[in-house]
Amino acid sequence: MTANTALILTLLTPLLGAVLIGLTGRWPNLRETITMVTALSLFALVIRVLIGLNAGEDIGVELFEVMSGVGIAFNTEPLSILFAMIASGLWVVTSVYAFGYMRGTNEINQTRFYVCFALALFGAMGVAFSANLLTLFIFYEVLTISTYPLVTHKGDAKAKAGGRTYLGILMTTSIVFLLPAIIWVYAVAGTLDFVPGGILEGNLAAGSATILLLLFLFGVAKAAVMPVHKWLPAAMVAPTPVSALLHAVAVVKAGVFTLTKVVIYIFGTDYLASVPYESIAVYMAGFTVIAASCIALRQTNIKRLLAYSTIGQLSYIVMATMALAPFSEIGAAIHIAAHAFGKITLFFTAGAIYVASKKTEVTQLNGIGWRMPYTMAAFAIGALSMIGVPPTAGFVSKWFIIAGAFQLDNYFVLVVLILSTALNAAYFLPIIFNAFFKPEDVKLKDHGEAPPSMVIALCVTASLTLLFFFFNGPVLDLETQLVGGMP
Amino acid sequence: MLMHLPVLVVLAPLLAAPIVALMRGATWPWLLSTLVSWFALLCAVLLLIQVQAEGVIIYTMGGWEAPWGIEYRIDFANALLLVLITGLASVVMPYARLSVEQEVGAERSPMFYAALLLLSLGLCGMTATGDAFNVFVFLEISSLATYTLIAMGRDRRALTASFSYLVMGTIGGTFYLIGIGLLYVMTGTLNMADLAERLPAISDSSTVRTGFAFIVTGICLKLALFPLHLWLPNAYTYSPSAVTALLGATATKVAVYILIRFVFTIFGPEYSFGAEPLAEVLIPLAVIGLLSASTVSIGQPNIKRMLAYSSVAQIGYIVLGIAMGTAMGLTAALLHVFNHGLMKGALFMTLGAVMYRMGGTNLSDMQGLAKTMPLTFWAFVIGGLSLIGVPLTVGFVSKWHLILAAIELGWWPVVIVILAGSMLAVVYVGRVVEAGFFGEARDPTRREAPASLLIPVWILIFANIYFGIDTRLTVDIAEAAAAQLMAGGVVR
Repeated sequence: MTANTALILTLLTPLLGAVLIGLTGRWPNLRETITMVTALSLFALVIRVLIGLNAGEDIGVELFEVMSGVGIAFNTEPLSILFAMIASGLWVVTSVYAFGYMRGTNEINQTRFYVCFALALFGAMGVAFSANLLTLFIFYEVLTISTYPLVTHKGDAKAKAGGRTYLGILMTTSIVFLLPAIIWVYAVAGTLDFVPGGILEGNLAAGSATILLLLFLFGVAKAAVMPVHKWLPAAMVAPTPVSALLHAVAVVKAGVFTLTKVVIYIFGTDYLASVPYESIAVYMAGFTVIAASCIALRQTNIKRLLAYSTIGQLSYIVMATMALAPFSEIGAAIHIAAHAFGKITLFFTAGAIYVASKKTEVTQLNGIGWRMPYTMAAFAIGALSMIGVPPTAGFVSKWFIIAGAFQLDNYFVLVVLILSTALNAAYFLPIIFNAFFKPEDVKLKDHGEAPPSMVIALCVTASLTLLFFFFNGPVLDLETQLVGGMP
Repeated sequence: MLMHLPVLVVLAPLLAAPIVALMRGATWPWLLSTLVSWFALLCAVLLLIQVQAEGVIIYTMGGWEAPWGIEYRIDFANALLLVLITGLASVVMPYARLSVEQEVGAERSPMFYAALLLLSLGLCGMTATGDAFNVFVFLEISSLATYTLIAMGRDRRALTASFSYLVMGTIGGTFYLIGIGLLYVMTGTLNMADLAERLPAISDSSTVRTGFAFIVTGICLKLALFPLHLWLPNAYTYSPSAVTALLGATATKVAVYILIRFVFTIFGPEYSFGAEPLAEVLIPLAVIGLLSASTVSIGQPNIKRMLAYSSVAQIGYIVLGIAMGTAMGLTAALLHVFNHGLMKGALFMTLGAVMYRMGGTNLSDMQGLAKTMPLTFWAFVIGGLSLIGVPLTVGFVSKWHLILAAIELGWWPVVIVILAGSMLAVVYVGRVVEAGFFGEARDPTRREAPASLLIPVWILIFANIYFGIDTRLTVDIAEAAAAQLMAGGVVR
């Protein structure tokens, strides 16, 4: 199989999986087997593309032309393969987790759930491998629409309200800001292809470029830079596997991934550095980091706390990308991976706690560490990664982002990072402390760990968070290609 | 026979209509009408191919050369529109059988099909002809057929809807006729090509200006430009479903085409946008219409009426494209004429299927549709996404070109208006989708609509997706048509 075939199959596999899952809805075991097989084969295919990329194969497929000069086309580069690896790899783990969660909570409409999940992965793969902005936009919308039934899964008034906010913000911003931004690029550059070094230089007046940048920054609401972040807490009404894979990994990373792609391949870092007031994007993201952490401090619901933590962490990536130093671009790319491992672990533990004990609030977690030792140990690892303490994944990326800040003498970034570390510690450490060292308040219900499939899944992602600290060499090598080698 | 194609599109239904009217029962009139509309579609497709291969086709009626005789003149713009009209008629006819049986009744069926044929032939005639007075004749044929068809609606309010459209439509037709009369006085010809040649010499005469104003106003009444749209919501709401589908998809589009023909071919873009303040008049009306009609449609309890208001809004997009006066804007307008025909046809037919099973098209009838009538529901969802302009649907393609045209001119406020319109569409489509998806079905035992309704619906839904992905055909033709039209005058 050539890498190009594999590339096309990464899109067809989840689509075919969705159809088969839909057809086998009446037999839950068969349905879940198909989900698993689809997830595994998707991961294998992405690895095949990675091998092709590393071997220097010429990878690129154009399916058909939609507008003159722009078609539906796919290719790959270091950033996209990283995103695809994370999304497809963690889908395997999440599927294992979801089987336990969905059965453990007796959810309704499970077939629809798995179908939409597969479709969301189809969207994520399309976003990852798109070779131009039009293709990216199409799959970006696929991702939005396919996750709407997942967010509103419960179907009650709260879920509907959450779904409305979710779809409302994501759709509005993508149509009102992102789409005109894309058409504007097309109007001035005549192309939408992702080209290293960008396509805008010399095509756009300096002042217009600032507006265009802001259109992208707020048009890609999936990156959740304030004030277009509200959809993410709203999406927390979804079942936890959705929050874990989609709203900590696939959907939100599609957002920051899009922004990074736009910075590197549409504007080009050199051109963007010459755009006046470019640093406004850095300040916006920096503000989001601090503001989201402050809001997270005051949250009592575990999932909402994690959502605000995600908003802050996403803006790390945006801030690093927009800082435009070579090290910070690398840091941004690595943080896509590092945050994914840590945050999915945290969501897995939140879901495990819910399934085992029906607890949803931070204040209820006193002493739970001894009932659910694996879960809470994993929580601790995930939380440490959020803070950025070695030996966890979060430390690696933070290292590069700080190195980038020093490269440019950008002390704003530095101060934001230090403050945010302190705030993260302030809302995560007490939870860990209380879980292990405070006595249980009231004996509500005797419980142990969640079902084994969930515990296995969260142990796997927690180990990944640790392992990434020690074995990040291949990822680093790959991502340094983004800035043309280690600076 | 190939050389007679331009007239066959019109003649075949014209000959069939009286025969259909004389038939008995429901089946035979239906069968004959369906076959005739398929034949007309075949002619239209062949015409389009011929235009692509050979350029403009000129057909002299009965061999009488213009200006003594009437000539038909087919170029890219009207060839595309003929395919749209006959294509829509070809899916509506098979669809009509069950829906008409229920909504109109068997004994009135022959008359119904005859009127439907007359409607579609009237629209084709207006499109194909190269004679300004002939346009009026076909306009009246299609209008009279429309009044009859609307009045056949089950709801008694259909009668008043029909009557008010009759009054408004007649005023529009009369205005048009007065305008033509004034031009005839000045030029001595009714042939479009001759008019285009003779008008520049006398363009500063006030009679010509008056004629221009009468014609544009008259046509704008027929194409339901805000604030001349008041006849439309009732007419669409109370007509039988099959009629709404055909009317909503094609009738106003043909009026748009006539407007384009007069503005660009006959008067020429320099006159229309230079000597006359056409852009200054049309743009505010289009913008207000677009935003107000979209807003009004959000609150409609009847989904058919909601889509009717949405049609008024979509006309706003098209008129915006025309009013830009550039090749890009015109391309966008022509694309949206075709694409909006596809989406509205599909949506109104979907509502017809709901009507057939649920007996109404109110929001309450849509509750829980995802479970009781999944195929109908998903057809509505895809049609709705197309209306919003989501990628991979036709709505995206036309909106893309419209925004591109606005950016090209640097009209940023217009870009914002277009996007705001899309957002309002998200709200009014979303409302229905939410009801269908989460609502509790009033009667969970209702079944999916029969195949003879669903197949035509899904053919159109498929077209919505197909032309959203493979845009070569539509965009290329629209671009070629816009280039022809922008050249002004008539291509010999």
